[in-house]
Amino acid sequence: MDKARRNLILNTLAVAALLGVLLAFDRFGTDYQVRILNNMAIFITLAVSYNLVNGICGILHLGPNAFITIGAYTSALLTLSPAEKQMTYIIEPLIWPLSVIQAPFALSLLAGGVLATGFAFLISFPVFRVRGDYLAIVTLGFGEVVRVLCNALQGVTNGPLGLKGLPPYTNLWWSWGIAVITIILVTRLINSSFGRAMKAIREDETAARAMGVDPFRHLLLAFLVSAFFSGVAGGLLAHLITTISPTLFTFFLTFNLLMMIVVGGLGSTTGAVLGAALFAWGGEALRVVESPMHFGFFTIPGIPGMRMVVFSLLLMIVIIFARRGLMGRNEFSWDRFLARIKLVSR
Amino acid sequence: MTSTILLQQIINGVSLGSLYALVAIGYTMVYGILRLINFAHGDLLMFAAYTAIYCVTLFALPWTVSFPLAVLLTGVLGILLDRAAYRPLRDAPRISLLISAIGASFLLENLALVILGGVPKGFPTPEVFREVIDVLGVRVQVLTIYTPLVTLVLLMGLLFIVYRTKVGKAMRAASKDFETTRLMGINLDRIIAITFLLGSMLAAAGGIMWAMKYPQVNPFMGVFPGLKAFIAAVLGGIGNILGAVVGGFLLGLGEILIVAFIPGLAQYRDALSFLVLILVLLFRPTGLMGEPMIDKS
Repeated sequence: MDKARRNLILNTLAVAALLGVLLAFDRFGTDYQVRILNNMAIFITLAVSYNLVNGICGILHLGPNAFITIGAYTSALLTLSPAEKQMTYIIEPLIWPLSVIQAPFALSLLAGGVLATGFAFLISFPVFRVRGDYLAIVTLGFGEVVRVLCNALQGVTNGPLGLKGLPPYTNLWWSWGIAVITIILVTRLINSSFGRAMKAIREDETAARAMGVDPFRHLLLAFLVSAFFSGVAGGLLAHLITTISPTLFTFFLTFNLLMMIVVGGLGSTTGAVLGAALFAWGGEALRVVESPMHFGFFTIPGIPGMRMVVFSLLLMIVIIFARRGLMGRNEFSWDRFLARIKLVSR
Repeated sequence: MTSTILLQQIINGVSLGSLYALVAIGYTMVYGILRLINFAHGDLLMFAAYTAIYCVTLFALPWTVSFPLAVLLTGVLGILLDRAAYRPLRDAPRISLLISAIGASFLLENLALVILGGVPKGFPTPEVFREVIDVLGVRVQVLTIYTPLVTLVLLMGLLFIVYRTKVGKAMRAASKDFETTRLMGINLDRIIAITFLLGSMLAAAGGIMWAMKYPQVNPFMGVFPGLKAFIAAVLGGIGNILGAVVGGFLLGLGEILIVAFIPGLAQYRDALSFLVLILVLLFRPTGLMGEPMIDKS
């Protein structure tokens, strides 16, 4: 049996196994478990698409929260019914075309992704004029601008009040389905000639340019693909938590994503998946440090915010002492996995 | 708009601008030498403000002692920051250094949140600064007048150090070329530590005056002044101390005057500053007074 065929079979089996696990949780899992699994899938989508820009292209982009915001608001505005919108917008009515249209969930997610991509295209010209620290601060700036606009444009976003009562459409099938699609498409992109060009730009932009690679076109492609999936994930997130407001999409969100891909290993899709899964699970597990602790006679009261201290320490420790993270730039491969298993069973 | 109101706004703008300038100097000095945006720089403002509060309220020190003490301690924190977060990464790729800076910033903010709580604290502004006086028919707080003056004095001191002392000469050398500086027998780590010390102390002075101006001290108070000061540093030409000061004054004046003339833009004020940054980077990436950028890797 040739390798390609074997890998296809194994991949299909893996997806089937995932389906089985999801089905089991869908039937027998508690709400809490399902919630964590949904979070995990959305984080995976976000981290994998974020890693495409930061890890594969090697530029530090700090504005994914802008794309997530746009995706979340777009899809939320499309799924809410006109009657609900009229009730929600108490300070300023919603502007005309948005106030009457309603779309099915799938279409609203797509629209969120497309709008986020459009925004990414618009800002790409100033963003890719600069590199390094400047690029980081410019993208951070666009993230802030989007947040300020969300607060200010009350006729579109309902301002600081946000949107409430979104239909809870996001379930395990939607979130994991999109996560799997994202992983497949992003991996195919990375393994194509475009992906190799992106890695070349990461290693040495001048050398890549000398080889005939156009940095702007390739960085733009990565940026747009990343924005699209971030937008879609934003829509999923909105319909999972059912209430959105500008405070949800601050730099905090970007920081969490950055932490996932750094811990997983910058430049590895497998690492991004692992980082996101660990974050979703670890974030819950770490609630311990914020709840009151009992030691026989005394009790230490819970300290809110302790988790973020742990997270930021973790980020610094990984970047200083273990810069490669969990996976480095390696990807999961069946070859290595099977070899490992044989080694173990021997 | 009457001329008194205009004058009032200009005074406010100069006062705000001088705060931006103080913080921007620290960014520009560190960037000049390490080519690193010190994301945690804004949080030093917060640290200085809290330290000043605790010196005054907890240890009952007079402000004349506690403010300089807070400035000194913030300088030490700056050195520690370099030691812990940046020095281990001197030879690492730039992206790692930046991520470490972001991590350090979040760590400082959240440590403050955990230890001190999220409830904003008032600032014990000394009576001396609270008096209201008449300047050319405009009633202003004394603090508004003192702020630019303090900035000028500190700036003079800094310029003296940078341009008239041996340490300053080493700093200027390090900002041109790391390797050659090292070959000249200069201890680079020491020079970088001194850079952090000076930059952090200026930020601390800015932070204390910021806290007196807006007496609501909370763990995240440094984020926005930090970002604005960074924009000011880029506007003036990053790596250039005088540029940072000019950029700070321009940004402060601009923000206040735009809102004064077009009040409808008030809620977009922060977005407008970023617009300035983007325009500068698009059309004049070296800023107003910057030299052409040298890639130092």
